[in-house]
Amino acid sequence: MKISKLYIVLLGVALVAPFLMYPVLLMKILCFALFASAFNLLLGFVGLLSFGHAVFLGTGGYVTGYLVMNSGLSPLMGILAGTAAAAALGAVYGKLSVKREGIYFAMVTLALAQLMFFVFLQAPFTGGENGLQGIPRGFLFGFIDLSDNLNMYYFVLAIFLFGFWVINRTVHSPFGQILKAIRDNEPRATSLGYNVNDYKWAAFIISAALSGLAGSTKTLVFQLASLTDVHWHMSGEVVLMTLLGGMGTIFGPLVGAAAVVGLQNFLSGGELGNYVHIIMGLIFIVCVLAFRGGIVGEIQKIVKRNFG
Amino acid sequence: MATFLGINLFGLFGQLLVGLINGSFYALLSLGLAIIFGLLKIINFAQGAIYMLGAFMAYLALQYLGISYWAALIVVPLVVGLLGILMERFLIRPIANEDHLYSLLLTFGVALVLQGLFTHLFGSSGLSYAIPDALKGGTKLPFMYLPNYRAWIIIASLTVCVVTWWMIEKTKLGAYLRAGTENPALMQAFGINVPLMVTLTFGFGVALAGFAGVMAAPVYSVSPEMGSNILIVVFAIVVIGGMGSIGGAIITGLGMGIVEGLTKYFYPEASNTVIFLVMVIVLLIKPAGLFGKEA
Repeated sequence: MKISKLYIVLLGVALVAPFLMYPVLLMKILCFALFASAFNLLLGFVGLLSFGHAVFLGTGGYVTGYLVMNSGLSPLMGILAGTAAAAALGAVYGKLSVKREGIYFAMVTLALAQLMFFVFLQAPFTGGENGLQGIPRGFLFGFIDLSDNLNMYYFVLAIFLFGFWVINRTVHSPFGQILKAIRDNEPRATSLGYNVNDYKWAAFIISAALSGLAGSTKTLVFQLASLTDVHWHMSGEVVLMTLLGGMGTIFGPLVGAAAVVGLQNFLSGGELGNYVHIIMGLIFIVCVLAFRGGIVGEIQKIVKRNFG
Repeated sequence: MATFLGINLFGLFGQLLVGLINGSFYALLSLGLAIIFGLLKIINFAQGAIYMLGAFMAYLALQYLGISYWAALIVVPLVVGLLGILMERFLIRPIANEDHLYSLLLTFGVALVLQGLFTHLFGSSGLSYAIPDALKGGTKLPFMYLPNYRAWIIIASLTVCVVTWWMIEKTKLGAYLRAGTENPALMQAFGINVPLMVTLTFGFGVALAGFAGVMAAPVYSVSPEMGSNILIVVFAIVVIGGMGSIGGAIITGLGMGIVEGLTKYFYPEASNTVIFLVMVIVLLIKPAGLFGKEA
């Protein structure tokens, strides 16, 4: 019951937030929160560290951007198409990468993502270094004008809630239990008769699809799809968000995404802008050495110790 | 123009040479990764950043301290190796018993800090480092013009690789190292100082990247991005070769350089992606890698 109260409070905050803060920043946070949650489904609940997740964010973005711009697709259909493309790429990449474990998995996913980076760089329809610019937000269901930031915000919030709900359902389903069993003891899961690689593959596709959903949505928000979204820096950022917030927790990626986006927003304004990668690197080092539970993980530990 | 079966031999040999040179760097970097992985079971994500650091140190040493290329070739790997030793001792060892993914994330953080630092100090445009006088000029061969420095890169890198391979596979020190790879606890019980061996191994693996960085300074432009670009390719090469053997890492590195060079000649559009495509094929056919031992 405690948890459901928390959900209601958070939902209330999310509904009034655009009246208190700049809606575009909030939408950015929501998109990255969804991206980090999708990534966390793999890292936190299956124990697979993907170092190339940006490729799904970027693919969703490019496909949505291209179709909305050139084929006149509605925003919703564009997002669906982007998500489907990311899921399809996730099916191929997942099949390949779940063949290897641990550190190799990280290297394979990074290399596969770099492959797509070069494809997007050279392909004729992505605008190369400039990316796709001026993508129209369009009208939702044909009559809600999304160029209005407030309308767009509630649309993004609805998408986020849907994605978050899918992740929550996945984690708490019998399927999610098996994923956690694989994370905790893979040989045991195998010996119980589960085809471990198929489960990992399915989780990979869900994670890729939701990352694509986040990327498609982000493209409509910023009306831009660019190479930044497929670059390995972006893959590193989502790892940082998840690690900082707390991997393997439901709310950790949300907190981490808000913290990292907030930090970048704060730094980009001032003289410290040049230091953003140095600071992110230092946060990585500190988190790994002293703070492995992340913000939410450490809070949970304290709550358990004192009130549990 | 010399042609054979419609192939422009000058162009072909030129790209083969570029491939061999890239391959030499791939071999040095993946050798360093393989040595570190053997004993520590971790992948050093900072290997590329350290390669970049090596190139910058050579540049700065020449610019501000007047240290020549030849001295830098010895001094820089030593300094970089020392930094690696400090990194292992104070950053990696405290989390040695945690999941190895954490050490990957830690070294990724170190890479971000190093790259960010040099981008901040020197901007992202490249700096140039002059070829040492003794290696200027070139030799005219029947089908190509071979610049002396490029020949030197191939000879020096191969020598370092072969000596390292010989030390690990054929000497007593190497036998300790291989035994430590198999069973560190038993080694410790026999009275070998395993933690010291781990630290020195890490230092040596990192020093190889520093050496590669000095070698690279005169041929590639010295820039903060140079490390991350090459590292991702080297990761693919490590997946292709598997980390099972030292010799495998060297052969795969060189081989992939040549494959890349040939692609640049026959189908330039794919030259950036060909190594990743080879990785995909290897994953489909032999997931453990060409020289990998594990399933």
